[in-house]
Amino acid sequence: MPKRDKTHEHESENSKEKKALGRRAFVKLIGGTSVAVSAAGVLAGETLLPKQAEAAPAEGNPRRGKVIGPGAVAITLHVNGEEKKLSVEPRVTLLDALRDRLDMTGAKRVCDRGTCGACTVIVNGKAVYSCTVLAVDAAQSGADIQTIEGLAPEGQLHPLSQAFVDNDGQQCGFCTPGFVMAAKAYLDGHPHPTYDEVKSALGGNLCRCGTYMGVRRAVVQAGGGGPVPQGGA
Amino acid sequence: MADYHWPPAEKRSLIGKRISRIDGPWKASGRAKYSFDVNRPGMLYGKMALSPHPHAKIEAINTSVAEKMPGVRGVQLILEPGNEVMWVGQEILAIAADTEEQARDAVRAVKVTYTPLPFFAQEVEPSKAGQFTKVTGEVKAGDPDAAFKEVDVVHEGTYGIPVIAHCCLESHGLAAEWSGDNLRVWASTQGVSTIAGDLSTALGHNGINVSASKIEVITPVMGGGFGSKFQSDTWGLACAQLSKKTGKAVKMLLERDHELMVAGARPSMHAKIRVGAKKDGTLTVWDSETWGNNGTVAASPPQLPYVIIPPNRRTAYTAVLINMGPTRAWRAPNHPQLCALTLCALDDLADKLDMDPVEFLKKNLNLTNGRAQDYAAELDKAAELMDWKSKWHPRGDKTPGHIKRGVGVSLHTWGGGGGPSNCQCVIQPDGSVTVSLGTQDLGVGTRTVVTMVAAETMGLPLEGVTANIGDSKYPASGPSGGSTTVGGVSSSTRRAATNALNELLAKVAPSLNATADQLEAVGGRIQVIGDPSRSIDWKAACAKLAGTPITAMGQKQNPRDDLLSSGVGGVQMAEVSVDIETGIVKVEKMVAVQDVGLVMNLKLAESQVYGAMIMGVTYALYEEKLMDSQTGQCLNPNMEFYKLAGINDVGELVVHMMTGPGYDERGPIGIGEPPVISPGAVLSNAVANAIGTRVPELPLTPANVLAALSKV
Repeated sequence: MPKRDKTHEHESENSKEKKALGRRAFVKLIGGTSVAVSAAGVLAGETLLPKQAEAAPAEGNPRRGKVIGPGAVAITLHVNGEEKKLSVEPRVTLLDALRDRLDMTGAKRVCDRGTCGACTVIVNGKAVYSCTVLAVDAAQSGADIQTIEGLAPEGQLHPLSQAFVDNDGQQCGFCTPGFVMAAKAYLDGHPHPTYDEVKSALGGNLCRCGTYMGVRRAVVQAGGGGPVPQGGA
Repeated sequence: MADYHWPPAEKRSLIGKRISRIDGPWKASGRAKYSFDVNRPGMLYGKMALSPHPHAKIEAINTSVAEKMPGVRGVQLILEPGNEVMWVGQEILAIAADTEEQARDAVRAVKVTYTPLPFFAQEVEPSKAGQFTKVTGEVKAGDPDAAFKEVDVVHEGTYGIPVIAHCCLESHGLAAEWSGDNLRVWASTQGVSTIAGDLSTALGHNGINVSASKIEVITPVMGGGFGSKFQSDTWGLACAQLSKKTGKAVKMLLERDHELMVAGARPSMHAKIRVGAKKDGTLTVWDSETWGNNGTVAASPPQLPYVIIPPNRRTAYTAVLINMGPTRAWRAPNHPQLCALTLCALDDLADKLDMDPVEFLKKNLNLTNGRAQDYAAELDKAAELMDWKSKWHPRGDKTPGHIKRGVGVSLHTWGGGGGPSNCQCVIQPDGSVTVSLGTQDLGVGTRTVVTMVAAETMGLPLEGVTANIGDSKYPASGPSGGSTTVGGVSSSTRRAATNALNELLAKVAPSLNATADQLEAVGGRIQVIGDPSRSIDWKAACAKLAGTPITAMGQKQNPRDDLLSSGVGGVQMAEVSVDIETGIVKVEKMVAVQDVGLVMNLKLAESQVYGAMIMGVTYALYEEKLMDSQTGQCLNPNMEFYKLAGINDVGELVVHMMTGPGYDERGPIGIGEPPVISPGAVLSNAVANAIGTRVPELPLTPANVLAALSKV
């Protein structure tokens, strides 16, 4: 697993690993963002989305790139296939941009530091904690962002959401959109998971009401698996 | 006078069945709007400055820089200079700004001068806490001293369960918006009908006169309360003040660290316990010296022992006063602590008696206040589902290797019953039906249950009824606490729907050549009882209302309501494996057997039990609010170090609800709390059975397990 340090860019030949940059790896890398964020602005190019990282120059002058901020900058986010224009300070996370600026409140802010998964959205096909991504980074890399609002038109229900309903994979429901999006990203790559595989796949999301039994059944159902007995491990 | 009763089992089409929650699609599509999600036009964001000191006097507050910062629209002092703060994280002031980032910046620019004062923040026994203690009394019955002289076996041990937090995923707070003299709040609350009064009083004390009837509380969904969200709170008042001051909507929900520092903690409880029994296992005497941390306020003595109450007993309690954010009711207040202390001590006593703990409990069920039969049936059912007889072994798994397996048992009780509730039921001439109640759905399924009750009463499918809840404009219902919601709202809804239906039957009766009391509503029709040939379709029946809807009320009866009762029991068993080299405890399987009277919705009731077991695994294995004795800071106000169980941590869970004759007649009672009580005891007992020694303190972390093993 590449560490977030100056040697990171030298590993571009290891592109396979980068392309496969999953959520865990992503979160691990995120530790480095504080350097970029706590400065007055954000260094364009010093970003963590895979595409951007690969495009970055191999040899590193840490001050390279165009400085933006600290004031608000105009950006465009590609959300659910639409271009969304907004203005945010560079320190604003993708999560807060979605929630506060675009009124897309399906993703929830709970821990706000990459632990609980309530803010999970899909970026370039991967489940990502949107509280750990800067909106300006997501904009600059042209990231394809999928939120739960994009799963189905209003008034209709995506089969995965339907499976959460059928199996009561939710109680208060505050963590549910994060679970649905984490499950969506997983099912996109693993269409027919077993009950045990679901357990491994959703380890990055936390629920306080304790809905894990229903969540597991829901994801198995959405993957076309047979009925799972109530409570079965 | 109408006759109100629940339909017999063979006539129920909805009640007792597995029905998906009706707001499920709204939540699972991400479109449900929580208070945290409210975005009003021109809305400002509130953030608060918090005390960094566990005890200090506020000398001066300088907001001059903050007030001039970009986007800042209003500053609201919460504590004036001269006041004392009593814990880290106590609120000093709130600032509203155009964006969250600007509000955070402004809060950081506030200068508060403090004089630090002495504090105490150490979770230690009273003898080590000096002046920071308060003896709150002793409870005594029978003659414990004499009884100890007559017993054959005495066990003595120490036990403890730490302070934990509520950690609601939707943090506390609200959005407030004034419109002239009227105030609307979108509050994350467990009391839609009650916090308007609370907020009105608080505003009145601060010079803003607004009657409770001019405050509308809107809470269609809320993201977890667990007992911590009954008040409008300091931040609710400050948010409403900021909204008044700025003339704009303001949203202020707590940041995660603030949430974990101050917005709910369950008191700790520790005890030195001595218990005595006769050789045959008969428990006769209990003695406990207990102490606990309830924050800066002393708690009253706990009602120990729990469930199994011998004739001779004594409990003394000393509060240790700690400069920590206040405690709040935590799902089944006090019961998990009492249960863990009692059922662990009794488990150790059973071990000393060389008895299977299930046999020991059965031997003493006559000490359970009239629930002996229920508990016996539940112990048998749980033993069957756990395969207890083949899994239980005397303490200490003697098989070779470093992974040790063991099983444990516990039992619990809870009151439940029905809170106050009023319901309005309207039948429209077009056949549509609404029930409206000022209750709230915390995620337990209240909205679904009231819809089911009304539809069942009218003989309609679920889709035939719309439930309006989560708004204080509807007839008042009590706050959701103590597992009293389902009892209260089921009664008021059944009564309102019955009253409305009776009016409709009276209108329809002539056309069927019958009297109203000869009619029933079933399968979407109104018919002469038992005679489908003399019937009329629901819509056609409602068309006879000639343009005027029927409006009927129903009220939960006080003090006694024949539609419900209170008092439940439950038994849990757990199987764990423990790695004695690393101290890691793994939950293999848990079984919960629970009685709860008439189960309204089996699917959602089971969800409550699964959820309670998972919350129980969390507090038994991981949760602890850690305070730093040197600085008074909470050391883990975040979700990396305040740990919740994940989907991988919970093992196989089996739930069995006791239903049918003997249970259904009791009516709905309430399910939220009881199943969360036993997990601490049951998992600790299973670990003791596995490793051969008691881990005296929860949580069962590797450190605590290894510490216990090192003393063997």
